[in-house]
Amino acid sequence: MLQLAFYAFAALTIIGAFAVLVTRNVLYAAFFLLLTLLGTAGLFVLASADFLAIAQIMIYVGGVLVLVIFGVMLTHKPESSTDMSNQQPNRIPSSNRKGVGSSWVVGTLVAGSLFAVLFIVLVRANFKLLNQPVGWKSTVSTIGMQLMTEYIVPFETVAILLLAALVGATYLASPLAKPTRYATR
Amino acid sequence: MQPVDSFLFLLVGAALFCIGLTTVLLKRHAIVVLMGIELMLNAVNINLVAFSQYDPDRIQGQMLALFVIVVAAAESAVALAILIQVYRHFRTAQLDELTELNR
Repeated sequence: MLQLAFYAFAALTIIGAFAVLVTRNVLYAAFFLLLTLLGTAGLFVLASADFLAIAQIMIYVGGVLVLVIFGVMLTHKPESSTDMSNQQPNRIPSSNRKGVGSSWVVGTLVAGSLFAVLFIVLVRANFKLLNQPVGWKSTVSTIGMQLMTEYIVPFETVAILLLAALVGATYLASPLAKPTRYATR
Repeated sequence: MQPVDSFLFLLVGAALFCIGLTTVLLKRHAIVVLMGIELMLNAVNINLVAFSQYDPDRIQGQMLALFVIVVAAAESAVALAILIQVYRHFRTAQLDELTELNR
């Protein structure tokens, strides 16, 4: 039963990621990314990380993905008025890099060889840690205690980082920060 | 209940990382490249969580994954803000067309 759930979530993750890779439409890629993030949250639950699964859904699906879709819509170049008969009104093409044939070869070669190396390493590695028994218990209280004791300094640092990043992102995206002001015309 | 073999978690993480790397290498649209980076960060998180279930007292892997999620959210916010400003300036988000510093 557990194995079945694991394989379902793993297939959701991998198929979603692969669809992000092969689709030609940026908006579809964003929705396939949703599948991948949900599958990752399921994998977190199966690895007994319940708090992280909820954090994943709330931060990624609720925050980052909405931000990405806003970005897609704000950087949408309307197509020329000649092809108003286009049957795909939401199509925002995302073509591959120039030299289409060779780029696929190069990308597949790099990623495929990296995956082969990782697979061989994982098969040959004999992690002593993985032979220990695992228990099922909620991690929420442990995470809370760890955040307030051992990880208090990274916690506060991340708070300041988030504040700075949000203020900076708001300023950068606002029309007040015009880059054309510095352009020599 | 027999828990899932952690080797499979590591395998899924490796596959996800490779797909994300291919997305970053191949795609021309800047937002899709950002999605590839998110995929790679998720792969790293899967690995961290898979190892962290053998460490239930300190769960260092899950803490690191939590900080990775937070930093990824901050990174994506700033990157999308920069991207919107780039689009306002150059009227394009295709990375291969951004060849000039000043237009």
